Amino acid sequence: MKRLLLVLLAAALLAGPALAGAKTLRLAIDADPVSLDPHVQLSGGMLQYSHMVFDPLVRWTQAMDFEPRLAERWERLDPLTLRFFLRKGVKFHSGNPFTAKDVVWTLERLKRSPDFKGLFEPFGPAVAVDDYTVDIITTKPYGLTLNMCTYIFPMDSVFYSGTDEKGLPKDAIVKTEHSFANEHASGTGRYFVESREQGQKWVFKAFADYWDKNTGNVDTIVLTPISEDATRLAALLAGDVDFIMPVPPQDFDRIEKTKGVQLITMPGSRIITFQPNQKRRAEFKDARVRQAMVYAVNNAGIVQKIMKERATAAAQNSPRGYVGFVEDLQPRFDLERAKALMKAAGYEKGFTVSMIAPNNRYVNDEKIAEAVVSMLSKINIKVELKTMPKAQFWDEFDAQVADIQMIGWHADTEDSANYFEFLYMCPNKETGYGQYNSGNYCNPRVDELTLASQSETDPAKRAAMLQEVERILYDEAAFIPLHWQMLSWAGSDKLKNAREIVNIMDFPYFGNLVME
Amino acid sequence: MFAFFIRRVTQAVFVMLVISLIGFTIKQSVGDPLREITGISVSAAERDALREKLGLNDPFLLQWGRFLARALQGDLGNSFYFKRPALQVILGKAPATLELVFSTSLLVVLLSIPIGIYAAVRPRAWLARFFMGVSIVGVSIPVFLTAILLIYVFSVGLGWLPSFGRGELVTLFGGWQSGYFTSDGLKHLILPSIALSSIMLPLFIRLIRAEMKEVLETDYIKYARAKGLKPGRVLLVHGFKNTLLPVITVGGVQLGTLIAFTILTETVFQWQGMGAMFIEAVDRADTSLIVAYLVFVGALFVTVNTVVDLVYGLVNPMIRIAGRR
Repeated sequence: MKRLLLVLLAAALLAGPALAGAKTLRLAIDADPVSLDPHVQLSGGMLQYSHMVFDPLVRWTQAMDFEPRLAERWERLDPLTLRFFLRKGVKFHSGNPFTAKDVVWTLERLKRSPDFKGLFEPFGPAVAVDDYTVDIITTKPYGLTLNMCTYIFPMDSVFYSGTDEKGLPKDAIVKTEHSFANEHASGTGRYFVESREQGQKWVFKAFADYWDKNTGNVDTIVLTPISEDATRLAALLAGDVDFIMPVPPQDFDRIEKTKGVQLITMPGSRIITFQPNQKRRAEFKDARVRQAMVYAVNNAGIVQKIMKERATAAAQNSPRGYVGFVEDLQPRFDLERAKALMKAAGYEKGFTVSMIAPNNRYVNDEKIAEAVVSMLSKINIKVELKTMPKAQFWDEFDAQVADIQMIGWHADTEDSANYFEFLYMCPNKETGYGQYNSGNYCNPRVDELTLASQSETDPAKRAAMLQEVERILYDEAAFIPLHWQMLSWAGSDKLKNAREIVNIMDFPYFGNLVME
Repeated sequence: MFAFFIRRVTQAVFVMLVISLIGFTIKQSVGDPLREITGISVSAAERDALREKLGLNDPFLLQWGRFLARALQGDLGNSFYFKRPALQVILGKAPATLELVFSTSLLVVLLSIPIGIYAAVRPRAWLARFFMGVSIVGVSIPVFLTAILLIYVFSVGLGWLPSFGRGELVTLFGGWQSGYFTSDGLKHLILPSIALSSIMLPLFIRLIRAEMKEVLETDYIKYARAKGLKPGRVLLVHGFKNTLLPVITVGGVQLGTLIAFTILTETVFQWQGMGAMFIEAVDRADTSLIVAYLVFVGALFVTVNTVVDLVYGLVNPMIRIAGRR
């Protein structure tokens, strides 16, 4: 009898905090996720959603370590194989048990998704050893296997098998039309989608059989997309919502001064750069001219004046904490030096170039471009700037319509090599490398090192390679670095640990949020 | 009447054709929808394959022809973002806009008529001057700013009214989601309606005041007064009724302005109607939804103008006779 009481007491204690403190979080985001299918689009919004309704094998902590989620632990069997031991007793929202089969199925589906297949190109099919052990195998040695496992959110293979009422396969990945997966979801996550009116209102409810008992106390999340910056902020200030993301940077001070709300910022990893196109302009083939432009651009000044200190001035692509980060590469604003370089290159009199930048993609993008235009005019480079909305920008960017083009990049792999693969490797239509290298910068050594880093599984050697690439890009002024944007969130003071659930990827872990 | 109707329908078809053509032309320059529906690291080849599948690589006339053929069967295409038929999306958003427009119209009618008449009868009273002054201010501040100002005063500052959205909704027959039947829904209607009416109200007050002043000078009003009719009857039946004609005309024409300003009001208040949907569609380069919206609004315009013309006939028999010729 005593024992029974004890058990009951323990159960009550365990269940207590979760039941007693059940809270509703009202969340406002600039745009809601586009679908319920996590593989339909690789975007920040979809990944934020995935972290609510699904669980990855492993996830990043705020300190950029790997935290076991559906994978309890893992070990490397050989350079190609990583063996994962899966958590037992995990249930999907549908009630189906989670097993290794689901991981195999999910990886196979990721390799079919137009958005994810690029990231998972180095992966072969996964092999289920038994129900709770799975081998993830790459086709060549690959240094980022674990990084990529943060993108494997196992889906309920039984739930998504078969055909729906229209006779279409339930596992089809469809971007613009009806599909079963676009409208139904079964994951292992802390929340399931109770109702959804696209572009209007989402209601998430806590999943009763969630495996992780160490969660926060939010049992309902009401997500409202509010695209207008001023309205989103007003909704927070008026107390109509509890948490907003992103926060318009011009309002940071206002939030900090307002009682009852908190501003959370974190240095980000999205680097903003300009690429001078060497194919369009012979002048840019001369490294001295590119260096002169880097020396002429006072990016610390832009951070201070335009970004109001809500950014970190950059001299390289990798932010601190990334393996490729090199401590001694610092911003180098020096107008005299810039003029001397222009003179040495024989362009003392300068020349006229064109430039394009988006006006609604990055924080203050248009203002930054204007500032750079006036800074370049000091070394007699006259710039004709054209800005445009992002919907039109990328086609122009791809067509390389201007001599200097702006681009911001965030590494999906949270790894330095990703910047180089997309922005600085020699453009190659077949391999897809250098897809966003509109500067047409091409250095075989950069290609060689970046490719070698992919299959290097020794972290120290890998870091040395990537750091060498950063140094080359810096010395040759492959691009004009500006800054890393800061990430920002704001919420009511009722959110007790909001600071701990955010991270550099901008996927807040709402499952861990504690509200008053 | 029948001939009038036939003429109107022919006109409408022509207007719709032109609108769809314009829609298709601007669609090319709004941006690439593929950029919006794929992640940035998706390869160009992959994107091209998708574009081909959606038929976006076909020649302009072929795409337009295909659209027209489907439109005849009531299919305005599929929204890329909502992944549903565009017409269904628009109809789903229509109640929000219609309720907002209706509340605004109600506000305009209820306020502009008494204020307009009052200002015409007592032009020198300080209250009339106050109304005229306020209406100048109202019409000169952009609705965008009025809306933000209202939010900051009544939601953030005083905390009386909600700052965004439609609040608690009730689903009526046919899936019409209405905010008219809950107190929360009605509260959410107040600020957007005021913001939207700030554009229309001054115009109508001034119009009614001017017309009324003119009518009050006419001989038949003087005669009616001399005959000893009650002042109220003289004002409303003899006076006001005769100012209605220009008011209705302007009202019909202003409907376009009203729809244009709902776009702004809805965006600021995150009011999930057709206007906000349109702006977001432009932002997302959801081109098929943009075209469908333009065609839909075009059809709405033609319908409303036809109705206005019919009402006209009721108010002024002279026009009815002309229509019958």
